[in-house]
Amino acid sequence: MSDVLKPAELSKINYKPPRKEWMKTPVNFKHGMYIYPAKAKNLKYLDMPNPREWSPTDKDWKLPENWKEIVLEGMRERLGKYRSFKIFMDICVRCGACADKCHFFIGGGDPKNMPVLRAELLRSIYRGHFTKSGKIFGSLNGARELTVDVLKEWFYYFYQCTECRRCSVFCPYGIDTAEITMMGRELLNLLGCNVNWVIEPVANCYRTGNHLGIQPHALMDMFEMMLDDIYDRTGIRVKPSFNRKGAEILFVTPSADYFAEPGIYTCMGYLVLFHELGLDYTWSTYASEGGNFGLFTSHEMIKRLNAKIYAEAKRLGVKWILGGECGHMWRVMHQYMDTMNGPADFLEEPVSPVTGTKFENAKSTKMVHITEFTADLIRNNKLKLDPSRNDSLRVTFHDSCNPARAMGILEEPRYIIKNVCNNFYEMPENTIREQTFCCAGGAGLGTDEMMETRMRGGLPRANAVRHVHEKYGVNRLACICAIDRATLTTLMEYWVPEVKVTGVHEMVGNALVMEGEKERTLTLRGDPLKETEGEVNV
Amino acid sequence: MKLLFSFITVLLLVIIAYAGIRYASLYYVFGVIIPYAAVGIFITGFVYRVLKWAGSPVPFRIPTTCGQEKSLPWIKQNKLDNPSSTLGVIGRMSLEILFFRSLLRNTKTELREGPSLAYGSDKWLWLAGLAFHWSFLIILIRHLRLFTEPVPYLITLLNNLDAFLQIGVPPLYITDVVLLASVSYLFIRRVLIPQFRYISLISDYFPLFLILGIGISGILMRYFFRVNLISVKELVMGLVSFNPQVSADIGSIFYIHIMLIATLFAYFPFSKLMHMGGVFLSPTRNLANNNRMIRHINPWNYPVKVHTYEEYEDEFRDKMKAVDIPVEKE
Repeated sequence: MSDVLKPAELSKINYKPPRKEWMKTPVNFKHGMYIYPAKAKNLKYLDMPNPREWSPTDKDWKLPENWKEIVLEGMRERLGKYRSFKIFMDICVRCGACADKCHFFIGGGDPKNMPVLRAELLRSIYRGHFTKSGKIFGSLNGARELTVDVLKEWFYYFYQCTECRRCSVFCPYGIDTAEITMMGRELLNLLGCNVNWVIEPVANCYRTGNHLGIQPHALMDMFEMMLDDIYDRTGIRVKPSFNRKGAEILFVTPSADYFAEPGIYTCMGYLVLFHELGLDYTWSTYASEGGNFGLFTSHEMIKRLNAKIYAEAKRLGVKWILGGECGHMWRVMHQYMDTMNGPADFLEEPVSPVTGTKFENAKSTKMVHITEFTADLIRNNKLKLDPSRNDSLRVTFHDSCNPARAMGILEEPRYIIKNVCNNFYEMPENTIREQTFCCAGGAGLGTDEMMETRMRGGLPRANAVRHVHEKYGVNRLACICAIDRATLTTLMEYWVPEVKVTGVHEMVGNALVMEGEKERTLTLRGDPLKETEGEVNV
Repeated sequence: MKLLFSFITVLLLVIIAYAGIRYASLYYVFGVIIPYAAVGIFITGFVYRVLKWAGSPVPFRIPTTCGQEKSLPWIKQNKLDNPSSTLGVIGRMSLEILFFRSLLRNTKTELREGPSLAYGSDKWLWLAGLAFHWSFLIILIRHLRLFTEPVPYLITLLNNLDAFLQIGVPPLYITDVVLLASVSYLFIRRVLIPQFRYISLISDYFPLFLILGIGISGILMRYFFRVNLISVKELVMGLVSFNPQVSADIGSIFYIHIMLIATLFAYFPFSKLMHMGGVFLSPTRNLANNNRMIRHINPWNYPVKVHTYEEYEDEFRDKMKAVDIPVEKE
């Protein structure tokens, strides 16, 4: 963070494109705006191509000899397999509606971060190699030859996109840059041009069941610490079970939730909630990851990692699956899991054991979002809540990209928040719900070496938070995404240091009046429950 | 360069048509062969492109959701921006195709001192786009009076409505004005805003010039260089009935108009103008967000290499047992 510009300098943004045409402007790898390449051992573990030592700033990327053939064949194959890809290559009219919708363009001004141009990086090769008009008119018509420089440009810009889909909300044809970026990354992966921040979690998840590489005994240690903290705050000893056969529900959440602050407080929220309900559920160490960095690698890798969820549900003999707060995890669970690894005919249609509500919207996939589950509990008066315990918080809610734009989970978390705390303020309407701005650290970008890109791309989100901070004194940014909890924390420290980040279920855990609890004086974080006026929450 | 190239190409087309008629009297070429060829290319090309798209499957159901999902019964679903049924999808697509729903959301981002970002509503692109497409469609339908005998009542009605202002002789069509104004706006916007100029290609300028050329030549023909409408209708009816008759008493402006239209038709299937067909097939818009309700089938779903529970337990069995996690094999 130390070598990133100060906020005042960073916010001087030049939106004027250079005079020189974009095709003639080669990529310049700027420190703080690219990620270190995947380590060979991780690629080898996953049987992925071309493991080697290299750096994006090297002149020679040590590509396979027939790299060009591999990429073009890869494109041909994907054009035939994905209608989305083919149509999005063909129908863009370059109306520019998407241009200033991308947080990376807004915060950085690099024209190649305009979604339209990000897609043109790939489209130009499509035109040059797969269309007649491109072959005839060449660069005049936006076509070009595939060269190593093009690859370098792809690597730089397809890893400066968080696949947040905001641009696709505004596109008159629904062209989805996430789809373009996914294809671009798949092609780069064929050559072994990938980033370690994505591939290491993938390799970890493949082996240990979670992105962080936490082995079963270490995982238990982490839970012990959380359970001790819960005992300290509530006087109740919560006893979750792991890999337990015959449980009714399998609970899956991102490993970041039990690994580090502030995610662990959200996880403590789940633990106290499930305890209070007496829920017959189990955690799994094998399926100990809800997130799926395969989504940032390739469709095949999504499937390879996701397969564990259903496999474990089947092995344990549960009835259905409940999923924690996470963004991209839910894109996978909602839009890919059933298609890839279903049908889940060994599970039952999810029914809340507490309220009897049938989750009809999850009857095929058999996986319910925790905010759907909890909102239903509150609606049916099954929870005793004391929202005043969250009175030290003035809360706003950040819609995480994927739950908003790949599912439409908008009201459920808001309903919960309004029931567990008394001070809730919305950010401006162009920055929430389906128009929400990304944390700028999603899709495998949330690493320190990307700090400048992240702080720039996070400006629109941070700016909206600053607005409600100044207007209403907001000091807590709630979200339902584990990546958010990690990346927004850094983002807030940079742009709006007065605001801390929380998961929704952390606030549920605080407000929840538990049977047999001692008088609560501390929040799950260990902060005093009642704060004196004006004191800043630490 | 790209702009100039496009402009000169359109100009050349005009000159070719003018010279071909004026100096070479190639009535049959410009009045029959070129229009037939253009329509032929248009139909074949359009069908080919759509079939090619349709040939690629939709492996995953990936709608972009722009409103509340269908979940618990007491939470109000946004059925148009996040449909979960076919009817909802038809509604969403209709809004998209008839009224450019997504473009209506357009905003303009402004960075102010502070820094402070503001997102102002920006409906001009939506308005110009909508005005352009609708006036183009109405003009197209109006022209059917030249293709039909007797002219159906609805076409006459549309024609009269379009001219209801009764300005000038012959009366001015509102759509003529709207078309030229909106296309000019789209053109000026592309040229003046640096980011849009930066991304623009020949294939962006060329159709704009072509359509401007078609509009201008049409207007010139109607209001200034009047052509013999009876001969025009005879020619068109001949073409429609596959019994083409050329006549020498139609002014060359007509052939310029025809030449530009023919070019547009022939160019259409090879260009971005195919968004007309593509918008119907866009998987982020034309699918219901019922992913967890109804399983979507991927026709090429193939088995992949996974790390099984057995392999996992084999590696970590001792560690699992040490912390009392149940295992399959002791």
